[in-house]
Amino acid sequence: MLKSIGKTLLGAVFVGGLFVPHAFAETTLNALFMAQAAYSEADVRSMTEAFTKANPDIKVNLEFVPYEGLHDKTVLAQGSGGGYDVVLFDVIWPAEYATNKVLVDVSSKITDDMKKGVLPGAWTTVQYDGKYYGMPWILDTKYLFYNKEILEKAGIKAPPKTWEELGQQAKIIQEKGLLKTPVAWSWSQAEAAVCDYTTLVSAYGGDFLKDGKPDFQNGGGLSALKYMVDSYKSGLTNPNSKEFLEEDVRKVFENGDAAFALNWTYMYNMANDPKDSKVAGKVGVVPAPGVAGTSEVSAVNGSMGLGITAVSKHQDEAWKYIEFMTSQATQNQYAKLSLPIWASSYDDPAVTKGQEELIAAAKLGLAAMYPRPTTPKYQQLSTALQQAIQESLLGQTTPEDALKTAAQNSGL
Amino acid sequence: MSGTWMTTRAWLLMLPLLVIMVAIIGWPLVDTVRLSFTDAQLVGTAGNYVGFDNYTRMLTSSNFTRTLSTTTWFAVVSVAAEMVLGVLAALLLNQEFRGRAVLRGLMILPWALPTVVNATLWRLIYNPEYGALNAALTQLHLIDDYRSWLGEPGTALAALIVADCWKNFPLVALIALAALQAVPRDITAAALVDGAGPFNRFRFVILPYLAGPLMVALVLRTIEAFKVFDIIWVMTRGGPANSTRSLSILVYQEAFSFQRAGSGASLALIVTLLVTVLAVAYATLVRKTAGSAT
Repeated sequence: MLKSIGKTLLGAVFVGGLFVPHAFAETTLNALFMAQAAYSEADVRSMTEAFTKANPDIKVNLEFVPYEGLHDKTVLAQGSGGGYDVVLFDVIWPAEYATNKVLVDVSSKITDDMKKGVLPGAWTTVQYDGKYYGMPWILDTKYLFYNKEILEKAGIKAPPKTWEELGQQAKIIQEKGLLKTPVAWSWSQAEAAVCDYTTLVSAYGGDFLKDGKPDFQNGGGLSALKYMVDSYKSGLTNPNSKEFLEEDVRKVFENGDAAFALNWTYMYNMANDPKDSKVAGKVGVVPAPGVAGTSEVSAVNGSMGLGITAVSKHQDEAWKYIEFMTSQATQNQYAKLSLPIWASSYDDPAVTKGQEELIAAAKLGLAAMYPRPTTPKYQQLSTALQQAIQESLLGQTTPEDALKTAAQNSGL
Repeated sequence: MSGTWMTTRAWLLMLPLLVIMVAIIGWPLVDTVRLSFTDAQLVGTAGNYVGFDNYTRMLTSSNFTRTLSTTTWFAVVSVAAEMVLGVLAALLLNQEFRGRAVLRGLMILPWALPTVVNATLWRLIYNPEYGALNAALTQLHLIDDYRSWLGEPGTALAALIVADCWKNFPLVALIALAALQAVPRDITAAALVDGAGPFNRFRFVILPYLAGPLMVALVLRTIEAFKVFDIIWVMTRGGPANSTRSLSILVYQEAFSFQRAGSGASLALIVTLLVTVLAVAYATLVRKTAGSAT
């Protein structure tokens, strides 16, 4: 009742506003992005500027939040009945967003050219129940970065092909006194820890769910957590990893304090920039290793897409903006911090030049991308897993018990 | 003018304020109470009536008891430390010395900083790779190696308490300093002549003047500390392994991250109730001290 009175009053104000003449109908879009990994804030701003230059009747307001705030901000804006037209979303959210009608189904807007041109792995980012809830935009997975100079000094010829080998090489580096703790991860109580864990789950051939019920407490899922705990307890892993996010890992790696680090695409060109990085020119990148007899490489699907919110009043303009941002031309132009979703871009010299190593790793890594579970209750599952990971690392409980508890608390 | 007219006029004058208060505090509160008896989701279903289910589930969960004890520990230790530090700082700044005015101004700075800025600042100080605290302690040979202050359950909460104290003791100091101005000089001088030592002068001459105002500071700080969210959210997000998760963070997770508006509302009301009990207890105490002082 109160609401409807409020709306009437607001309506009256807007009707009054209609009498003010306008030069042309201008639409304002509100878009929510993240300021972390992948495209930088500056990149997104200049892409958007190019869009508004080409479409002078559309204005775009950009807002940037840390990844940790992206989901809650989107949902809260929706809950309060307004806010954003275009939102960036992570691969783990379409199930929830579709079930709760946060995003609109855009299946009818996806053209055949798009379907043919975009890598199949990228589409899984925006699909739920056979429908499309946006366009993939950031195609990303965690790669194994290594410091070429340190490996050379340790007499190691090639980067590790298996996780076991990674442990052996780290031990050599440690024993030769090159680094105290050669491996850096992002194991803070956050989604970042689940991404590292998922990479290992894919290496060990584990399953998150079986028939909709948790299965990560058995087989590969358990081996993955055991590997993390062993690596931590053996002292090969930087103990500060348990409070690191991706940006902390990048700083440690760029400072030359890590021989091996797991991180997203964006670290490659940042760590190779002599302005901020002490290891520029010494950065090696390969797909994350596999496990002998089980997998060649391992990878987590860490892609993200752009979608239109159900409350948006400018859905056509919003789609126009998304089309522009995800177009091959735009993506090829900004391919330094995030690689394109378009298959043919990977053979385009304009994209590959200067980052041939990354492209080679991407071809293998992107093809092996392993998804985190698709469920509307993902946030709860992830929170339970984060707790399990940290409690096992801290030795408060065994990996077996931690994962069993997580399975009980996952809400599934 | 008759008494009834005075009363009526007072109510009339307060009416606009009361209407606004009911609209912005009363209505959301009533709606939260209604929500807490449903299984509503934040987005999507409006929810069905479920009785006291949410309350029993929340109160009996191990998460709640653990978080309650973390929050209580945080509130008790940080408020106690802030009171002691605040009074000491106020006594110091009440002395006459050169540069006192500048110091008094500087002291208020931490309190004036937004909590998020303060938290970010302390995160940098505690950084395990290049933090100032690690550098200082290793150079003083107090620790052998850099430590992960926010990554160990044993130190994370203590580190948060230090950061919170640094930000909030100036408020206590400011209140105490103001109260100190009311202590008559002749009494302190007489105590000095009578041969009372510094501690006795503080205990029997100055403290009675401080008690009332300090009680106010205690009430404010305890309620604030019990509701703590932002400083923890920025510094540890409740980690490691949930060892620094406060009640407010639990409410936030339940209502917003997991989108269970119903059980989130019930948890929020439980926290509100706890804080109200504290506030009433304090208010009674304040009234008693005020009564005995006169």
